[in-house]
This record gives sequence, structure tokens and C-alpha cells, in this order.
Amino acid sequence: MPEADLLCLCRDTLSRWGKDARRTASLMIGQPDYDAYLAHSRATHPDQQPLDRTAFFRLHEARRFGAGGGFKCC
Amino acid sequence: MGKLKTGLIFGAIAIIGAISIGVLALHQGESISAVWMVTAALCVYAIAYRFYAKYLAGKVLQLDAKRPTPAVRHNDGLDYVPTPKNVLFGHHFAAIAGAGPLVGPVLAAQMGYLPGMLWILVGVVIAGAVQDMLVLFMSTRRDGRSLGDMIRTEMGPIPGIIAQIGVLMIMVIILAVLALVVVKALAESPWGTFTVAATIPIAIFMGLYTRYIRPGRVGEISVIGVVLLIGSIILGGQVAYHPVWGPAFTLSGTTLAIAMMAYGFIASVMPVWLLLAPRDYLSTFLKIGAIAALAIGILIVRPELQMPAITPFIDGSGPVFSGALFPFLFITIACGAVSGFHALIASGTTPKLIENENQIPLIGYGAMLCESFVAVMALIAACVLDPAVYFVMNSPAAVIGTDVTSAAAAVAQWGFHITPAELETLARQVGEHSILSRAGGAPTLAVGMAHILSSVIGGEAMMSFWYHFAILFEALFILTTVDAGTRVCRFMIQDLLGVAMPKMRNTQSWTGNVIATALTVGLWGYFLYAGVVDPLGGINSLWPLFGIANQMLAAIALMLGTVVLFKMKRQRFAWVAMVPAFWLLVCTLTAGFQKLFHPDIRVGFLSHAARYKGSMEAGELMAPAKSAADMQHIIFNDYVNAALTAGFLFVVIVILFYSIGACRKALKNSQPTAVEIPPANEVAHA
Repeated sequence: MPEADLLCLCRDTLSRWGKDARRTASLMIGQPDYDAYLAHSRATHPDQQPLDRTAFFRLHEARRFGAGGGFKCC
Repeated sequence: MGKLKTGLIFGAIAIIGAISIGVLALHQGESISAVWMVTAALCVYAIAYRFYAKYLAGKVLQLDAKRPTPAVRHNDGLDYVPTPKNVLFGHHFAAIAGAGPLVGPVLAAQMGYLPGMLWILVGVVIAGAVQDMLVLFMSTRRDGRSLGDMIRTEMGPIPGIIAQIGVLMIMVIILAVLALVVVKALAESPWGTFTVAATIPIAIFMGLYTRYIRPGRVGEISVIGVVLLIGSIILGGQVAYHPVWGPAFTLSGTTLAIAMMAYGFIASVMPVWLLLAPRDYLSTFLKIGAIAALAIGILIVRPELQMPAITPFIDGSGPVFSGALFPFLFITIACGAVSGFHALIASGTTPKLIENENQIPLIGYGAMLCESFVAVMALIAACVLDPAVYFVMNSPAAVIGTDVTSAAAAVAQWGFHITPAELETLARQVGEHSILSRAGGAPTLAVGMAHILSSVIGGEAMMSFWYHFAILFEALFILTTVDAGTRVCRFMIQDLLGVAMPKMRNTQSWTGNVIATALTVGLWGYFLYAGVVDPLGGINSLWPLFGIANQMLAAIALMLGTVVLFKMKRQRFAWVAMVPAFWLLVCTLTAGFQKLFHPDIRVGFLSHAARYKGSMEAGELMAPAKSAADMQHIIFNDYVNAALTAGFLFVVIVILFYSIGACRKALKNSQPTAVEIPPANEVAHA
């Protein structure tokens, strides 16, 4: 395998890990991936205005500690 | 070829695991490396995951990779989101890992490392991980419905509402006992109290930042928050020895208990973004970080276990918790082996995020194995301490007295030797006035962690930092659980009261909010306060109550699993849920019965009450009562605890009764009757 390809592969893997780690950390505190939401919203409801990042954040913040949410283990 | 290779690899793992367990079990004498325990645990997990989880997935549950999960069917990018399995694993693990697996094993160490280790390993494989996986499976097949909902639809409305009330009672006990752990850790400790108090302004700053300065930028503010936290630990060391601030932050248990109730009330009625959410970020990241640090520390330091394999206290005479090995060891360890609370989480967000049914073993079974490993690490941290230190820290003052000389003399009677001067030196090293009677598990774990982590970074000079780091991390996530739990209870109470007064159901109404929150805080506050003033340290009577409650919830979840397997016409495999359910019922019913009627006043609530009553009639006072009113109070507490225990027994027996009924009905029916969402896409409830 040429060196450039290997380097590229490493970089891609690292960047994927980084993205996964970020996504995991934010889901741990009740925040799903905004980019995934945006992509989904654009694909399925192109006619509707998607929530912006802040509104999305606040919605999930409220939901995590709302009725039925916020369960944490002992 | 593949089969042969798997056979060879797992054969080797089985042999290594068996050797490790054998070495640990047969060991006698001075000390033994913790590496044996880590190896034994990892081998057991590997085999259980490779074979048992696979068996559950394939033969028992027949997971279907082609069947759309709720996340796929209702994908809305908001609540239902197909999530990569690694990401979801992290989320699920963070949600189930709490204080339980850290505290339970520390308390169980009084019987030696062996009984605790064996139950953590056996329990997780046959009960805990099975429960988590089953509930996740059932909820995934039912659009992410909650445990209570599933009990209602599969067993009927009466068991549904009884389970709901049971969950509420369990929540109250959990909140009280967790709050008690924090009070025990912070009482008379200005350093610890200061750092924990400092989290409040830090969190409020973070809340304002994410609300107004840089909305939603959780990453950067969490980094700032963690830096401030570490700063507060360092500053705490100065505060503790300050002539004015030192005494100001030296609070008694009762003051702390009242402060916690006030704080819990305020934190859960305030807007969540201001305090609760930012503290949640800190506690979540700190928790994961501290668990990882402990794992790395144990691997690098490879500490020696000082605790004997088995101590004489298996007969029930131990100072840390009362009651014999059976059933109380199984009650005490709670979360590390099997935790009913996971059933609430596995039927919460996780089933709405899972991408594919074939990930259920990884998320359900695998995450629980990790939780169990956390429990093993906590057990190691407790057992690397000199047993004399362990018993001095965990025995109530009523047993060992209040100064180092009497404490050293008391533990010497049990065969553990330490000089008073050594106890004073250790207290100084961790930056505390005293380490006597710091029950509740958290301080012991913190000393153990400080012992391990200071061997990696900083040496003896950093011991006090690591000790307070560990205390902070435990207190922080316990407090977050208490606040979030208070809100959850509040919504439950509003829901239950709403049956009689529909007005109460409005969660936006301030009146409903304040009444239900005050009720919640009053309920757990009552048990907290009673625990704080208890002469035996509170943990002694409250932790078993919590353990019974938690294990009963697990039994309920497993009974639901049994019913569902019968209704799926897969009763041939229902033993996977029936065996652990049966064992948990045996343990919890025996423990509950003993808590009620045991003649030893340290175990039985009613005999305790009777003894006090007898003394009162004879006109005598019994410690810690200082007046007839105190005596009345103690007797009343005993009756409340007894009533609660009886309540738990009632709930679990009723559910058992209904489960048997539901199974018999399912057997008579030739068709599957489980209320699942059909596999095809046509039924969409979106």
C-alpha cells in the first residue's frame, strides 16, 4: 500500500473515532446528533424549516429532565 | 476451522479464568495480587458474552436483524434516531453506571473479597445482564414502551398500577440512601464540603454560559467546568485549614441533611438549564473519567488485596451491615450484579435509539458486564486497604468509639492490627480530621482510589488531592441523581395524584410542581434524617432496605420477561428469566422477612422497636435516645421501616401472583399472545 494511502486511511480512521467520541459524549448527556437530525429533516421534510442548533439543544435539555425522562441509575 | 479456532481461544480463556478463581478461592495468608481478580472477571465476561448472550440472542429471543427497530420505523431525528452501536453503548453505559456498583461492593467487602466477587460475577452473568438484555428486547419490540407500560399491557392494569407505586417507593428509598452516602462522606469534612458546594456556582456559571453566551456549546463549557472543579479541589485544601472558612465548612450530619433537602427542592423546581443540566454534564464526564482512571490505575499499580478471602463476619455479626451472608450479601451488592433500576433505563431512551435488533446483546448484555467490572474495581479498591483501616472507617461509633485508641483496640479484637498513630497519619495524608466511622462506602472507596491513583501520579503528597477528587466525583453524580430523581418522583406523584385530581397532572402548573416536589423531598428527606441520627450510622438499616427494593424491581422485570416468553410461546426457554427471578425472590423475600421479624435487634425492625418499647415501659433510656420523646421517635422510625418493607413484599408477591396467572393463561392459548409491534412496516404509530 502506498504511503499516502496509508496516511489517508489513518487520518480517516482517527477523524471517524473523534466524531464517534464526540457523538457518544453528547448522547451521554441527552443530546443526539444535530447533523444527523438536519440531514434527516432535509431529506424527509424538505418543505419544513428544521430546528436550529440552539432550539434543538434546548428541546433535548428540557426533555432529559422532563416527565418520563431523566432516569439515572443509582 | 472457525469453530475450532473459537473453541481453542475460549478453551484457553476458560482455563485461565478457572485458574484465577481457584487461586483467589484457595488463597490464605498475607496478600494476593488484584490482577487475579481482574483476570477472573474478564475471562468470565468473555465466555458469558460469547456463549450465553449469543444463546439468548439466537435461540431464546430469536433476534431478527431484518425487523425494523423503533428508531428505524419512527426515525424523526429527535426522539427516535438510529444510532451507531458504539455511540449507543457509551450512552447506555453512562446511564446505568451510578453509585450503586461503587458502594455495594465496598460494604460487601466486610465478608472478605471472595463472596462479593463470586456474586458479582455469577449474578451479572445469570441475572443482571439477562435482565437488561430482556427488557431492552421487550421494549424495542414495543416502540420503546416503559417497564410500567409493558407490565400493564402484558399482565393487566392492576399489576401495572401496583408496579408503578412500587417504583415510586423504591425511588424514595434510593434517593434517601444515596443522599445519606453523601452526608456521611461530607460530615465534618470542610475540604469535601467546600468542593461539593463549589459545584453549585460553577454549574450556574456553566448554565448561564450555555444559555446566553454560547448556546449549546457543551463541549467547551464542560472543559472549563472540569478545570474549575479541579481548581476547587486544590482551593478546598486551603479552605479546610483556614481559621475562619475551615470551621464555616465543617458541618454536622444533621445540618448537611437539612441543607441537602433544601437544595434538592430548589434544584428540582428551578429551570433545569440553570443548575441541573450543567451539573449533569460535569458529573457524567467526571464519572466516566474517574472510572477509566481507576481501571488504568489498577492495571498499572497491580495492587495487592489485603483483605482476607473470607472473614468471620459471614455469620452476620459484622459491623458494616447486619445480617448473614445469605441473604444479605446478595442484597448488599445490588447494582454490580443485578439492578432493577436498569430495567427503567433499558425501557427508556435506549430502545428508541437502537439501530438493529442484533445490537441488543452488545448494548443490553455487554454494557451490564462493564457495569459489573466497575463493581469489581470498587471491590478491589476496598480490599487493597489494610483491613484494619477498612473496619475502622466502616464501623459505627457505637461499636468502635470515637477516638483512634478505642478504634484500634476494637479492630484488634477482630484480629486486625493497626496503631492509633497509623490511623492519625492516614487521616492526615488524605486531608481529613478523622477517618473513623466514615460509613457509606464513599470515603472507603475514596481512600482506596487515592491509594491506587497516588501510586501512579503524585505519590503520598497527592493522596489528599486524589481522596477529595474521588469524594467529589461520587458526591457530584449522586447529587445529580438525587435532583433528577426528585423530578422523576415529582412527575410520578403528579401522575398518581392526577387519578383523583386531574388538575395535579398539569406538569406546567406551579402549584402542582411545588406540592409534588415538596412531597417527594419530604419523603426521602424523612428517611435521610432518620438515617443520619441513627446510632448505627443509618447505612446499616437503610442500605439493606435499598438493596431489597432494587433487587425486587429486578425480580419484577424478570417476571415480566418470563411472562413475555410464555406469551411468545417460547416457554421452553423461559428458564433464562425464571431461574434468576426465582433466586432474587428467594433472597429478597427472606431478607424482607428477616428485616421484619428477625429476633436480633440489629436486623429486625420489629424486635428493635419491641426492645425500645420494653425499655421505655421500664422507664429506662436506650442510646442514642436522650429523652422519652427520642425513644418514641426511634420506635416510630422502626414501624415506618417495617411498613415500607412490608409494602415491598406486598408489591413483589402481587406481581408474582399475576405473573403465574399470565403464564398459565398463555399456556392454554395455542397462539402467541405477546403484544408486540408486528415485524412488517405497515403498522406505524408515528
